[in-house]
Amino acid sequence: MDRRTRVLIGKPGLDGHDRGAKYIARALRDAGMEVIYTGIRQTPQAIAEAALQEDVDFVGLSLLSGAHNHLFPEVARILRDKGGADIILFGGGVIPEEDIPGLKQAGFKAIFTPGTPASEVVAFIENELKNRN
Amino acid sequence: MNSRDTLAQRIHRGEVRALARGLSMVENGDPGAGELLHTLFSAIPDHVTIGVTGPPGAGKSTLLDRMITRFRSQERRVGVIAVDPSSPFTGGALLGDRLRMQSHAVDPGVFIRSMGNRGHLGGISGATRDAGLILAAAGYDPVLVETVGVGQAEVEVAEIADVTALVLVPGTGDEVQAMKAGIMEIADLIVLNKADRPGMDQLEAAVAASLELAPEDRPRPPVVRVSAESGEGLEALWTSLDLLLSSTDPELRRLENTRRILRGILGESGARFGEMLLRSEYGSENELLELISGGSVTPYEAGLRLVRVAERMLEEDENQQD
Ligand SMILES: Nc1nc2c(ncn2[C@@H]2O[C@H](COP(=O)(O)OP(=O)(O)OP(=O)(O)O)[C@@H](O)[C@H]2O)c(=O)[nH]1
Ligand SMILES: [Mg+2]
Repeated sequence: MDRRTRVLIGKPGLDGHDRGAKYIARALRDAGMEVIYTGIRQTPQAIAEAALQEDVDFVGLSLLSGAHNHLFPEVARILRDKGGADIILFGGGVIPEEDIPGLKQAGFKAIFTPGTPASEVVAFIENELKNRN
Repeated sequence: MNSRDTLAQRIHRGEVRALARGLSMVENGDPGAGELLHTLFSAIPDHVTIGVTGPPGAGKSTLLDRMITRFRSQERRVGVIAVDPSSPFTGGALLGDRLRMQSHAVDPGVFIRSMGNRGHLGGISGATRDAGLILAAAGYDPVLVETVGVGQAEVEVAEIADVTALVLVPGTGDEVQAMKAGIMEIADLIVLNKADRPGMDQLEAAVAASLELAPEDRPRPPVVRVSAESGEGLEALWTSLDLLLSSTDPELRRLENTRRILRGILGESGARFGEMLLRSEYGSENELLELISGGSVTPYEAGLRLVRVAERMLEEDENQQD
């Protein structure tokens, strides 16, 4: 068996700044993962459908435009509705400290704020994988 | 949904999650994959597989995006397998093809799956072929397969596709010269993409020169100029594609498909059998390598011995049946 960790990196919302998303995508690739990047301005539904078709273990969302309180939980809800409740969610971007508990409540295992080194995201994923097995 | 339904039944009904799982099994070389394909096999409807290959950045995914739209306008359900190279060092991969087709993500009539080639020994063809069959079993027709045309990959895609399109772009005239035989011979259709850019005439001349060198007995592939980005030339491309698809007799295609599947599987099981024999005769590949380096055995001799062992086993088997 040759199993690889698969991660989808999605950018919902209207901002077109995907430097951060691409930086994380490359770091995860360099850590030996298969990374699917769906590009900017994706609807929650498009991100969720892609995650299901790609059978990913993780979905990471990146957002700078401030609509995270609506868009992040929406991705989580669609995934749950469509049988993807086992997919582990994390998020990143410009997210105020006070919003983090709500997002965790909505199903996000981790929220990374700007300046987080990619190694921290890699460590998070590896740790989650260990806990799952 | 009945949870006792088998994975095969759920795939056959077109359940996305089940289909995604089945594809992962194939991709991972899961021991259950063979059983799954066996169960699905007899219920796979007639379908066509279109391979799209070409150098990195030629516009294959952009073209696939257009092709999906085109087949959707005919109300056909489209399955896509997009293969990208894995890093030989880390095993990781950035699977970027979906990015260009993502506008179809919410269309229930389209299923897109990205795959890393994972540096598979013997190439990607086994997993890609089986992934295509699973998509077909779920009712997707056509199945489109994108592979980067470097090294062996483009030849392999031709092995599993009914029609193979080679995508080339201006500025690669020298590369076309270098490709000559191999890659040109597997193409049923040559797409010259990025027609909005200069250099198309040189490219077309280079392609024509290369085709001159191809064997006489093969039909010359049509050469079509398009711009996948602007949409220019696409109608002519669809006409060529339709002609190629309709010129293959469905019965014959089915037979050829089955032959290819069989040959692929024989190759895979032959390799597995060879490894089993090797282990029983020499312990392990490394032990055999040591014997070879030590000069007491040659690889050829080892190969012949394994064949003789297999022959002896078959004879004993026959004697027992008498
Ligand atoms: N000018 C121009 N650019 C194009 C055309 N088709 C695709 N492109 C661009 O070429 C780049 C590569 O396109 P892709 O579709 O990703 O190419 P690809 O062959 O799938 O690339 P890989 O999968 O990475 O090998 C993108 O920036 C496209 O926008 C075209 O007809 N004209
Ligand atoms: Mg591509």
